[in-house]
Amino acid sequence: MPSEKARKQITKMPETIQAAQEQKRRQEAYQQLVAERTPKPPYLRHFLVAFMTGGAVCALGQFVLGIFMGRGLDINAASAPTLAVMILLGIVLTAFGIYDEFAEFAGAGAAVPITGFANTVAASAMDFKHEGWVLGMGAKMFIIAGPVIVYGILSGVFASFITYIIRL
Amino acid sequence: MASKKIGKATVKFTNPPIIAGTGTIVGPMEGRGPLAKDIDVILPDLTFGEKTGERSERKLLEQAAQIAIERSGIDKGMIDYYIAGDLLNQIISASFSARQLAIPFIGVYGACSTCSMGTTLGGMIIDGGFADYVLVACSSHYQTAERQFRYPIELNIQHKATSQYTVTGAGALVLASSGNGPRVTWATTGRVIDLGVKDPYNLGAAMAPAACDTLLRHVADTGCAPDMYDLILTGDLGSLGSQLFAELAKDAGCNVGNNYNDCGLMIFDTKTQRVGSGASGCACAAVVTFGHVLKEMERGNLKKILLIATGALLSPLSFQQGESIPGVGHAIVIEL
Repeated sequence: MPSEKARKQITKMPETIQAAQEQKRRQEAYQQLVAERTPKPPYLRHFLVAFMTGGAVCALGQFVLGIFMGRGLDINAASAPTLAVMILLGIVLTAFGIYDEFAEFAGAGAAVPITGFANTVAASAMDFKHEGWVLGMGAKMFIIAGPVIVYGILSGVFASFITYIIRL
Repeated sequence: MASKKIGKATVKFTNPPIIAGTGTIVGPMEGRGPLAKDIDVILPDLTFGEKTGERSERKLLEQAAQIAIERSGIDKGMIDYYIAGDLLNQIISASFSARQLAIPFIGVYGACSTCSMGTTLGGMIIDGGFADYVLVACSSHYQTAERQFRYPIELNIQHKATSQYTVTGAGALVLASSGNGPRVTWATTGRVIDLGVKDPYNLGAAMAPAACDTLLRHVADTGCAPDMYDLILTGDLGSLGSQLFAELAKDAGCNVGNNYNDCGLMIFDTKTQRVGSGASGCACAAVVTFGHVLKEMERGNLKKILLIATGALLSPLSFQQGESIPGVGHAIVIEL
């Protein structure tokens, strides 16, 4: 809680340059007040819901994998079509405007699985299609997914480098 | 000598502009809100029969302007100026609607404070003797604002409790130099205030100090205590922002009581409609004031109101570069 005096200062504007320091104090007092008044997110609920929904998406993926393996593919061969099915599912749900509703409830449970990744690409593609196939959809499709790919590859390189060092 | 300027930031209109007609139009979600009965047109969907969100926003603005002109009962050709603004880059909704209306055009940007900013300017033009009729309008659209300031519409985002929901709609009014109707009597133009809030999902907190500053200056300039108004409205501070506004005002010795409300808390049912901290967007303050509040005045429930429409003057670039969010609030007084 900012002090009584500090709170009274928040609404006063500096009239001189020397008052800049006072302005800084005022900003600090106000930000402290905002932080206190801002409702805290229900973290525990978010964790639980993300765990359950994300887990459910993964269980669905496992089920699809089981179908492909049941058809005689080994686990390496079956994982590629499984990913394709999950990506398609993510895209279809995005196209019908369902995935963002699901994400509003599920949070990270919707964002982390590959269906969420598919959603970022599909949602961007849908948004920018009016600006044309090339400069709109083509250029902007990876506006959200792009950084995930860039830093995903980068961390892959780091991880394999560490593995390499350890195995020397 | 500026004879109409009172105090540091307030204008007292000697020939107060009359509100001759208003037009309001909203999307389906606002149409399910508690103020629906006071709004002229409620659209069944967000597209308005157009291919892109930008085109539908433009059409909203044109429609609101048309309704306001019709209601005022004057010929479109008699309107001297069209003052409009919106949230999009280069205020395309406003300028493209001006292309359709063919009235001399003044484009303004005040983010969500545009409606009172435009009304202030329109009032000054009329009171200065430069025009007999001025059309003021502004619009916002959920989809275009999301695209402009946030993420793709269908993206998997879990909104924060402090984030606000952009109103789809447009509001317009015709100001006239003579006639009958509510009058715009005072206008206090706000200073841009920045107390260092950087979270673009907490715009209410970013704008609250600006709204408070404008209130304090309005009270100091006019000598009208807050309890002299039947209603004090802030633009779109939302639940957190309006709480902060009331606290700041109280700390500064200017108590706003039960006559205080926020447009962002009125247009939606914040309990049942999932809108985070409340509504936002240029259309929020415009639709609530031009639609609901002026109709309440017509019904005789309100006599004198103070609107402080608030705007967060950020751009997607500025907050990505780590800049804090400046806010502004412009106040107008409407009296019967």
